[in-house]
Amino acid sequence: MSKIGLILTREYTTRVKKKSFILMTFLSPLLFAALMLGPVIMMQMDTDDLKKIAIIDDTKTFGKLLPDTKSLKFEIVEGKNLDNFKGKLEESGYYAVLVIPNNITNKQENVFLYSDKQSSLDVNEHISRNLEKAIEKEKLKANGIDEDLLAKSKKNINVRTKKWNKDGEVKESSTELASGISYASGFLIYMFIFMYGVQVMRGVIEEKANRIIEVIISSVKPFQLMLGKILGIACVGLTQFLAWVILTGLIAMGGQFLLLKDKNPEELQKNLTENVMDANPVSGVIQTQPEAASLIKDNPLLGDALAALGNLPLGQVIGMFLFYFLGGYLLYSAMFAIIGSAVDNETDTQQFMAPVTIPLILGIFVMMSVIKSPEGALAFWFSMIPFTSPIVMMARIPFGVPVWQLALSATLLVATFLAMTWFAAKIYRTGILMYGKKASYKELWKWIKY
Amino acid sequence: MELFKASGIHKQYANHKALDDVSITVPEKSIFGLLGPNGAGKTTLIRIINQITGPDQGEVFFKGRKLQPSDVYRIGYLPEERGLYKKMKVGEQSLYLAQLKGLSKSEATKRLKHWFTKFEIQGWWDKKVEELSKGMAQKVQFITTVLHEPELLIFDEPFSGFDPINANLLKNEILELKEKGATIIFSTHNMGSVEELCDNIALINKSKVILNGTMDEIKSTYKSDTFEISFKGDAQQVKEKLNGDFDLIEETNGNGIITAKVKKLSDTKPNELLNLLMPHFEIVSYNEVIPNMNDIFIRVVEEQNLSVN
Repeated sequence: MSKIGLILTREYTTRVKKKSFILMTFLSPLLFAALMLGPVIMMQMDTDDLKKIAIIDDTKTFGKLLPDTKSLKFEIVEGKNLDNFKGKLEESGYYAVLVIPNNITNKQENVFLYSDKQSSLDVNEHISRNLEKAIEKEKLKANGIDEDLLAKSKKNINVRTKKWNKDGEVKESSTELASGISYASGFLIYMFIFMYGVQVMRGVIEEKANRIIEVIISSVKPFQLMLGKILGIACVGLTQFLAWVILTGLIAMGGQFLLLKDKNPEELQKNLTENVMDANPVSGVIQTQPEAASLIKDNPLLGDALAALGNLPLGQVIGMFLFYFLGGYLLYSAMFAIIGSAVDNETDTQQFMAPVTIPLILGIFVMMSVIKSPEGALAFWFSMIPFTSPIVMMARIPFGVPVWQLALSATLLVATFLAMTWFAAKIYRTGILMYGKKASYKELWKWIKY
Repeated sequence: MELFKASGIHKQYANHKALDDVSITVPEKSIFGLLGPNGAGKTTLIRIINQITGPDQGEVFFKGRKLQPSDVYRIGYLPEERGLYKKMKVGEQSLYLAQLKGLSKSEATKRLKHWFTKFEIQGWWDKKVEELSKGMAQKVQFITTVLHEPELLIFDEPFSGFDPINANLLKNEILELKEKGATIIFSTHNMGSVEELCDNIALINKSKVILNGTMDEIKSTYKSDTFEISFKGDAQQVKEKLNGDFDLIEETNGNGIITAKVKKLSDTKPNELLNLLMPHFEIVSYNEVIPNMNDIFIRVVEEQNLSVN
C-alpha cells in the first residue's frame, strides 16, 4: 500500500472506531427525525385522551353550536348550576365546566371555564374561536345579511409557482421547497467544513504535541502525511454524511409508515416515492392511486410540493453538494493544517482562527440573503469567490444556476484549493518541527521560503 | 569502508547558521558518537541524514552513492523528542510505524511478536499507549525503530527516560545490533556511555566540527603526560626526590597510601619517574592519566568558544 494510503487508513479507522463518532452518527438522525416527527406524534397521542366539557348555557343558543373534536366532547347539562360541580368535578367525569352567561352577545362579555386543572391553550382557543364565529353569524343574521352570500365572498389564495424550461414546458416549482433545501445544504456544508477542518487541525497539533511527528516524517514526506490526513478525514466526513442520509431516510420512512397507516400507507408510500423518483406529472399518478390522490386533492399545495420535489434537479443537488463539500473542505482543511502546524497546543490557535472563520461565517450571512435573491450580484460574486462559494453556490443550486457559472465557480475552487495545498505544504513541513516559538504571520511567511 | 559520509554541509536558517562546512565519515559496522553542546547543530545534521530537511550546500553519501529517498527504509531513527499516538493501541501503532518503513503487515507482525517476547512485553499489545509509563513507551519506541532491520541506526539521547536496569538492557541491545552488522550513530550528552560504546566520534560546536576521529586517536591526542603514582612512605620527601624533568601537581593521602599526580616536563621516558622514587618508597601502582571524554569535551568546547570570542 502506498504511504498516503497507509496514513489515510490510519486516520480513517482511528476516527470511525471512536465512540463519539459512532454515537454522533447514529444519534443525530434520531434527533433529526425526532425534531421532524415529534410534534406529529405528540398531536396523535393527544387524541387518545378524550375530554368531556359540561356546558351551562344561559343563552340556550350558543352551547349547541360548539362542535366536538377528536379530543373534546361538549355536553349541555340542563337544570344544573355551577354548585353541582364544585369540588365534584372528578366524580362527574367532566374535564371542565363552561359557563356561557346570558348577555354574551354584548361586547366585553366573557365565558367562564371552571376546571380543577389549568385548561390547555387548545381548549381555550377552540371555544373562543367557535363562539366568536357563532356570535358573528348570529349578529349578521340578525341584521339581515344572507349566509350564502357571506360564504361566497370568502376565498383562500395560494401562490402556486410554475416554471418554464427552454422548450416552454411547464413544471411545478416551489419557492418554499427550494429555500428549504438551500438553507439545509448551505448549513450542512458550513457545518461539515468546520467540524472536519477542525479535526485536521487537531490531528496536526496532536502529532506535534505527542512528538511523534519526527518519527513519522523520517519515514514519509511531510506532504504525504498532510495529504493522507486530510483525505482520511474527508472519508470520515463522507461516511458520516452517507450514514446520516440513509438513517434519516429509513427513520423518516418508518415514521411515515407508522403515522399514516390508517391512510393506506403502502399506496401512499409508493405514490410519494414515484413522485420523487420519476418526476412524473402528478396527475398521471393520481389517477392510478385514488386513495392517495384524494389526500393530495384535498391539499393542492402538498401535491405541488411533491411535484416540485420531483422537478428539482435532485441529482444535481446531491452531486454538487458532494463536490462543494469536498472542494470547500479541502480548501479549508489546508488552512486548518497550517494553523495546526504553527502552534504547539490548541489554546494558541485563536490568533490564527480569524482568517478561517470570517469567510465561513460571511458565507452563511450571504447565503441568507442569497435565498431571497438567488440571481443577484451578491449571490453571483460570493458564489464565485472560492472561500464562500461552497456555501453560497450550494444555496443557489436548488433555484437553478447557469452551467457556465457552475463551471467557473468549480474551476476557481479547484484551482484555489490546489494553490492552498501547495502553500500549506510549505508552511507545514517547517511548522511541524518548530517548538516553543510563538509563530506570527510574518514568521509563517518566512517559512514558505525555507 | 564507510557506510555514511557527509561532506561540506552548509545549512542556513533565517537568522542563524546551523551547519557550517560540516563533514563526517561513519565507518561500517561501528558506533559513531555525534557529540556537542545543546544547539550546536547535531539535530540539524541528523535531520539531513533522515532527509527530513535538505542541506543548502554539500553532499550526503550512503554506501558510497548519493543518498536517495528510498534510503529511509534502510535507516532507523529514534529522535530525542519522541512520542507515540496516545489513543492508539501498542500493537496497532507498532504495525503502522513498521508499514511506513516498508514492511508488509504479516512480516511486521511476525517480527513484532519476536521482539515483544524478547522484551517480555507480550501483554501490552492491546494496551493503549496512554496506559503505559514513560519507560514502557520508550521500549515500544525502541522496537519500532529497529524492527525493519535498518543498516544505519540513529539514536538521539536513547537512554533518557530509562531506569538503570532498562538502560543497561538497551545498551546491550545496541551492542548486539552492532554485532549483527548495523552501523549506529549515537548522539548524547552522557560522556560515560560514549566511552563505553563509541568507536569514532565527531564533536560539533557552534555549527562546526571541532574534533573528529577514532576514540583512541583522540584520547592520545589529549593526554597531557601526566602520571599517577601511589606509594607508601613519607609524603614530605616526594618533592625533594623529583628532578627538573617532573613537576608535582597534586598529592593526596589516604589510609597511609599517598597518591601523587606528576607531570612530565621534558622528553625523558616515563620510567625515569619510577627510577627516581623506587629507592625511597614502596610503590603500589603507577599509570598514565588518560583524559576522559568529559574533560576533552569541556576543554575543546571552551577553547573554541574563547577563540571565537
